[in-house]
Amino acid sequence: MSKKWLSLISMVLAIGMVAVLAVGCGGPAKTDSTEIKIGGDFEITGGVANFGKSTVNGIQLAFKEVNAKGGILGKKIVLVLADNKSEPSEAANAITKLITQDKVVTVLGPVASSNVLAASQIAIDNKIPLLTATATASKVTVGDDGKVKDYIFRACFIDPFQGEVMANFAAKSLKVKTAAIYVDNASDYSKGLAQVFEEKFIKNGGQIVAREAFLAKDTDFKSALTKMKASNPDVIFIPAYYQEVGLIVKQARELGMNTPMIGTDGWDSPKVVEIAGAAALNNTFFSNHYSPEDKDPHVTSFVEAYKKEYGQVPDALAALGYDAALMLIDAIKRANSAEPAKIKDALAQTKNLQVSTGILTLDASHNPVKSAVVIELKDGKQTFKEKINP
Amino acid sequence: MDSSSFLMQFAQQLINGVSLGSIYALIALGYTMVYGTIKLINFAHGDVYMVGAYIGFFATTVLGLGFLPALLLAMVGAGILGMFIERAAYRPLRNAPKIAVLITAIGVSLFLEYGSMLLVTPQPRTFPAVLSSTPIHIGGLIINSQQVLILGVSLFLMVVLTYVVNYTKLGKAMRAVSFDTDTARLMGIDVDKVISYTFAVGSALAAAAGVLVGVYYNSIDPLMGIMPGLKAFVAAVLGGIGVIPGAMLGGVLMGVIEALVSGFISSTFRDAAAFGILIIILLFKPAGLLGKNIREKV
Repeated sequence: MSKKWLSLISMVLAIGMVAVLAVGCGGPAKTDSTEIKIGGDFEITGGVANFGKSTVNGIQLAFKEVNAKGGILGKKIVLVLADNKSEPSEAANAITKLITQDKVVTVLGPVASSNVLAASQIAIDNKIPLLTATATASKVTVGDDGKVKDYIFRACFIDPFQGEVMANFAAKSLKVKTAAIYVDNASDYSKGLAQVFEEKFIKNGGQIVAREAFLAKDTDFKSALTKMKASNPDVIFIPAYYQEVGLIVKQARELGMNTPMIGTDGWDSPKVVEIAGAAALNNTFFSNHYSPEDKDPHVTSFVEAYKKEYGQVPDALAALGYDAALMLIDAIKRANSAEPAKIKDALAQTKNLQVSTGILTLDASHNPVKSAVVIELKDGKQTFKEKINP
Repeated sequence: MDSSSFLMQFAQQLINGVSLGSIYALIALGYTMVYGTIKLINFAHGDVYMVGAYIGFFATTVLGLGFLPALLLAMVGAGILGMFIERAAYRPLRNAPKIAVLITAIGVSLFLEYGSMLLVTPQPRTFPAVLSSTPIHIGGLIINSQQVLILGVSLFLMVVLTYVVNYTKLGKAMRAVSFDTDTARLMGIDVDKVISYTFAVGSALAAAAGVLVGVYYNSIDPLMGIMPGLKAFVAAVLGGIGVIPGAMLGGVLMGVIEALVSGFISSTFRDAAAFGILIIILLFKPAGLLGKNIREKV
């Protein structure tokens, strides 16, 4: 009896799935001349699904706004989404589907650098521009051979830039002369940032008095911190992720080190406050892509529009998604065409474009040159400190 | 006195090292006790320490217990877990080749790590502030009240353990089993029961270390047991595996050496130094610092 039911249910399910597939695949074959189709290869499910969702929200908002004003070139712009399940292999499958079946003219996404790298070769082979809003690894737009990938673009600054931002912030805003660097030796992100910070800080007339290293997952930092304390740095630069950062800040304060501590977007998590405690985090600063508290009118109007649409404050990923959509809209307008090759050329020439997080210009390596924000942690709350222009 | 002077720095590093070392010592005790009785390196021990930390975490967050009740609950819970692991995984292999038991221990370790990842998610958790941490200034030195607590609880547990092993009937049985299992059985000692209790006591000590670490560092995750487990193993070998005072000495020495290496040489050499010591000890004094060189029975 129960077996019969089971087979019946599975049959119904199977038929249902086939039907869904048929609808999903059969539809897009006809080309609608009143629409410009943009693909979205995003992390809708899986490990970084939260990031994917925010980014898509930002893009949808920008598309909705431009469609409300009559669209581009007299056509409506629509986003066709495909889920990459937060996995590189699925990211490649998703972009293949978007290009071959949905015939999109440009693909936006994915969020994570590893997924972008998996998808990028397919974009290049099919000569379809791929614009990622959020992938920060340097090699996303520049191949191993040092050549810029023709069809790959991004809307966020790259990792080393944050090192530069914080070096300038330390020298010019905190007005400090000596710095200690505490780097995570297990992370390329951390080491890359430390190197750039050191170069720029010395160039600004500063001096690095201590360099210490730890490994991700360490829990005791007191020995290295005690050593660092003896060299009396004015500021400590910790380019690392939130879990270790929380522990380091906590233990440094316990050792009576009250120097300012600075870091990068790896600090952007409420976990930092939970681990270190709000009081220990006073006098710490980190760089990020954007702050919802920025009083710049472009930021406030974006935050308002986003809140109205989704009922929540946009995070950095939503802002970057919105910016990537603005970049694409701008490129299609300037190209005066929705042909992939022309969009690619126009994207490469993006210059002085006003987006929500600042004024954006793409450099020769397809990396945006734009401002970053510095966020201060005051009593455990992220507060906007200042904007640093490149 | 200037806090940057060499002497002050040395003293501060000693304080850091001793508080870290007493954690290693508590974990090393479990390794050494189990090895002493059934000659098994229980690689799952570091993960029992992790489970202890999680029991303490849920006792304080979900049940709203204070520090001491949570510590006790974690010790009891981990003790039961230790007995269960012994019963389910090691006892059926009592007469199997040593290598089979060792591999089973690694299997249990992985099971605990990834099983708890499934249960409690790999996200790190933060302990609620069950104890205040006030810095105590002595001259230019800074000792945290939690460091004092770690040292105090560890010392207390070690004293209790020494008493149990040396002056109680159970302790006598443990020593007898570790000395000669077959003869102990002939003398009417329930060997299986004694081994089971040994696992319980060792696991309870590891759980205490787990809760102390959770409170002190304020962050626990399912893989937190791997590194401390390995280091405690080195500490047990350093002091002489199978010898209880050796585990205490080895643990504290390990912590101090780590602190001094990262304080005066380089923080990147810290782990290299820890495992370098293991190699040197095995080369020159295979029985460990307090170990006696006993000829293998034939």
